[in-house]
Amino acid sequence: MSADLRNEERDPAPGRPLNSGAAAPVSVVACPDGPLLVRGDFVLVGADGEELPRTRRTVALCRCGASALKPYCDGSHKFTGFRSDV
Amino acid sequence: MKQPAPRGEASTLLLAVLTGTVDSPGDALSLLESAVGAAVTRTPDILHDDDLQLALFCLYELHYSGIEGAGDDWEWNLRLLGVRQRIEVAFEARVRDEVVLGELPDATGEAVCAELFRMTAGDSGPSMSRFVARTATDDQLREFLVHRSISQLREADPHTWAIPRLAGRAKAALVEIQADEYGNGLLARMHSSLFARTMRELGMDDTYGAYLDAAPAITLASNNLMSLFGLNRRLRGAIVGHLAAYEMTSSQPNRLYSRGFTRLGYGEAATGYFDEHVEADAVHEQIAGRDMAGGLVESDPHLLADVLFGAAAALAVDSIMTERIMAAWEDGRSSLLPSEAMAP
Ligand code: FES
Repeated sequence: MSADLRNEERDPAPGRPLNSGAAAPVSVVACPDGPLLVRGDFVLVGADGEELPRTRRTVALCRCGASALKPYCDGSHKFTGFRSDV
Repeated sequence: MKQPAPRGEASTLLLAVLTGTVDSPGDALSLLESAVGAAVTRTPDILHDDDLQLALFCLYELHYSGIEGAGDDWEWNLRLLGVRQRIEVAFEARVRDEVVLGELPDATGEAVCAELFRMTAGDSGPSMSRFVARTATDDQLREFLVHRSISQLREADPHTWAIPRLAGRAKAALVEIQADEYGNGLLARMHSSLFARTMRELGMDDTYGAYLDAAPAITLASNNLMSLFGLNRRLRGAIVGHLAAYEMTSSQPNRLYSRGFTRLGYGEAATGYFDEHVEADAVHEQIAGRDMAGGLVESDPHLLADVLFGAAAALAVDSIMTERIMAAWEDGRSSLLPSEAMAP
């Protein structure tokens, strides 16, 4: 049985930035005991300057170190007892 | 949605009325009203009452995809709305009985968010996700997908009812979450599309409602709860709390579900749905707690108890559902109703 995407389900522009264009000021929310929530028109790049894979407008960046999806948060902070000052 | 098989007097009469297979719709409606009236007083537990939960599910379905053979005019038929309300009143009362709320926090965004995270951290009862990760058989994965398919093939829809009922920060937050659920305009990323792909990968029918006849009352109840909260404006606090609870209990279980499918040899086409939720819901839970639920309570402090009730109700009903499924699996039984839909 093929589980391939149907034609109409194919992503027309894989990996395209979702928040390009319009003026969308960047805001970073430091979620208590959790990630940094980043909204707005930003690019996320690795140390080599290459853009990191990103599939959503707003991202949660891990700041506890425990995520298996770094740089993104995967909810692990809730199980490691991570406490932030802010 | 295709017509389900009736499960008792109320659902038999309802489906007969909807599909016009009765000589006199007026008489059939009267019979339906008294059958439902009797059933809600008689039922030992409406959460496990197949007949009433299916009837309620079908009445709600008139507001979603409709039912094959049922005229669209039935959606706002006053007598059917009356029947729906009889079931809803009993259902809501039963759910309220199940839920105990602790002392209410302050009506600030931060306090509401912290309380929701506290409530959702106390995960009691058996864990279906750990079982799926380590032990479930191929057949049990399919059963798991059947239970989930009732909501996931229309994922996000019941919470979307809340959008026009909110304003300001809470609305922006809900729309941000929902846009992600619906794939941000990319059909391939719509969560229901990802779930359909998982079902196809396991050789299952991905038509909405294809396995409804196999879904037991409690699985329908879990879905009906969302429609109850979503379709009644007075319960807008509860639907917001419900969504927050779902988002806050999603990332880690979905990681484990993904692991279970990988363990049994399935690839990215099957696990993509679960993997997407690990990342997405780590974002959503923050937006849901602080901006959506917290924002709603800050703008309308008297909704505080409703928001927490909605979250607690989501957790309570789903934990009863999980217990049922796990009890069946531990006994080596199927957790589904016998149904042709599951015939190999
Ligand atoms: S901050 Fe969430 S996993 Fe690290």
